[in-house]
Amino acid sequence: MRQPITSWGNLAAVEHEVATPAFREEAGLVLSSLLEKTNSVLAHGLGRSYGDSPLNGGGGLLVTRRMDRCHFFDTTRGVVRADAGLSLADLHTITIPRGWFVAVTPGTKFVTLGGAVANDVHGKNHHVAGSFGHHVRALGLRRSDGEVLECGPDRNANLFRATIGGLGLTGLIEWVEIQLQAIASSDMEVENLRFDHVDRFFELAAESLDWPYSVAWVDCLSQGATLGRGIFSRGRHAADGPRLAQPARAKLAVPLTPPISLINGLSLRAFNAAYYSRPGATFAGRCHFDGFFYPLDGVHHWNRVYGPKGFYQYQCVVPPAVARGAVTELLARIAASGTGSCLVVLKNFGDIAPAGLLSFPMAGTTLALDFPNQGARTLALMADLDRIVASAGGRLYPAKDARMPANLFAAGYPDLADFKRHLDPAFMSDFWRRMDRSFQTQ
Amino acid sequence: MTGQNVVILGATSAVAERYARLHAARGARLVLAGRDAKRLAAIAADLKARGAADAQVALVDLALPQDGFDAAWTAMSAKLEDRVDTVLVAYGILGDQKAAERDITEMTRQLTTNMTSACAWLTVAANYLERQGEGTLIAIASVAGDRGRQSNYVYGAAKGGLALFAQGMAHRFAGTKVKVLTVKPGFIDTPMTDGLAKGGPLWATPEKVAADIDTAATKGATTLYTPWFWMGIMMIIRNLPGAIFNRMKI
Repeated sequence: MRQPITSWGNLAAVEHEVATPAFREEAGLVLSSLLEKTNSVLAHGLGRSYGDSPLNGGGGLLVTRRMDRCHFFDTTRGVVRADAGLSLADLHTITIPRGWFVAVTPGTKFVTLGGAVANDVHGKNHHVAGSFGHHVRALGLRRSDGEVLECGPDRNANLFRATIGGLGLTGLIEWVEIQLQAIASSDMEVENLRFDHVDRFFELAAESLDWPYSVAWVDCLSQGATLGRGIFSRGRHAADGPRLAQPARAKLAVPLTPPISLINGLSLRAFNAAYYSRPGATFAGRCHFDGFFYPLDGVHHWNRVYGPKGFYQYQCVVPPAVARGAVTELLARIAASGTGSCLVVLKNFGDIAPAGLLSFPMAGTTLALDFPNQGARTLALMADLDRIVASAGGRLYPAKDARMPANLFAAGYPDLADFKRHLDPAFMSDFWRRMDRSFQTQ
Repeated sequence: MTGQNVVILGATSAVAERYARLHAARGARLVLAGRDAKRLAAIAADLKARGAADAQVALVDLALPQDGFDAAWTAMSAKLEDRVDTVLVAYGILGDQKAAERDITEMTRQLTTNMTSACAWLTVAANYLERQGEGTLIAIASVAGDRGRQSNYVYGAAKGGLALFAQGMAHRFAGTKVKVLTVKPGFIDTPMTDGLAKGGPLWATPEKVAADIDTAATKGATTLYTPWFWMGIMMIIRNLPGAIFNRMKI
């Protein structure tokens, strides 16, 4: 069925030939029939990637969300194997009551296992646990030539490393087997600490290495003596308490897209000042994991607040040696622009060998924030940020990207040439098409 | 709530599977009836991973069981050591209305699948629960059964007939511990409806419908419109004067 699909950033609705098989055993047939109607295909989960990496305009989109069955859950060892369309939200309802939690979770639970692998997602515990891919024991990969391969660190290891963070371009990930971590409770012990300058962030991060989870929120509009002020948040799983997959509170939703972006200089300044000064900014105590890991999941379709033009997300990482200077420069450039988002995330990654050939995380500091789409002005700002990232030897996260220049991508991912050898010729995305076109014209 | 013994007729349907998952999380023992061995096996494995104490497959052509309805039922209830708490009759086909208008064999096939066979299952299951002294019987009908429409009256007649049958059964068991629930869902985003244009506030997820069924069954309700607003919509549709209704292309 032909259908317009948007990614999380809502920048454009793109026509696709869409199929949503309900059972994994249909996947092969559905894949072939998509390829009869179009000349390329891409798997698509819950559409939480921001830019054009989850889209394949004019081509086929195999939506995996209905293929969401567990194959087994070994409650003694904490190993679960499931169809790639299973969401982390659903997985939580299965594993948490029995004392297991994913080893790594991104900032939303509305991602599929397949999406988590294809983007090699990271979380607040990268400095101790690495990325999602480090905890994948095996996966089933269907290639467009009909071959179905079991890949893991010990089988088809090269293809496995290409598929972890491989943006869905190595074939259809049919199932994923992961190692979970044991938890005593669904509660977290949390400490929030206010900091008045970005320099202090680096000190707090260094002091917090024995906390498994740490992240900071930053006021992206604050300048001068309080540049990069924010709230440092660190947490660990509580040693006792209930095991509840869901928190007790009700859900909110943004019911429709407002005609203009609700995020502008004025509303953002007011929000940031209030958020920085709120009593919770120095909270220390217990909370349910959902509020700690997924602050935005409480508001369904929060992406609609940016209005019909949508928004860009910018996420970069810069190496440790130059991190302080580069992050300061990035924040100063953003603050001077007067634009940005309510949620701005700053976090130190650990020095852990990447799980995949195109994995985003590397040793250093990562900064992530949204920009409402204001056309050329927004693109010019991000081009300035690109220059800072490039000269620092950093890189951008494809899952968030809709516009990075191909040379920045190539410079940031040294294993790109190796990765290309594992591409499935029938799999394609708008992101890859954009990169590939530039590679060829260079 | 502790785990129940549950029989699901048409276990590969999206709503039935989501309903089974709710029971699995509470440690239920389930019998999953249907025709597709591979899919039923995948669902059974999933339900066990989700906490079901047991999930067994019964391969049955539900529209026309080879050994008859009684024998097929006996085999299924035996898998649960002759204790059945809840029975969900969930299978059905959307059917091609135009084909059923032209072809009496096709029309009869649709009625047999969606109504006659479903009423047969309700009968054997109800008699079983009556002997047992308690239990819950759930039939998935449709809002399409509330008024005949040109676009789908064969489907509507079958689901309407099923709803009337289940309503009569609820009357038969009123005041006893046997509960009969008739479910009337509106549009649900499932593979069965993939041919229709989707989106908008009238479309519900199978998870939402399953959760509504679970709540209504626990309360001992006899009729459920799901999502709730269909009760109002169908009240208007049922009461539209024929002179107006017959000018509408719905």
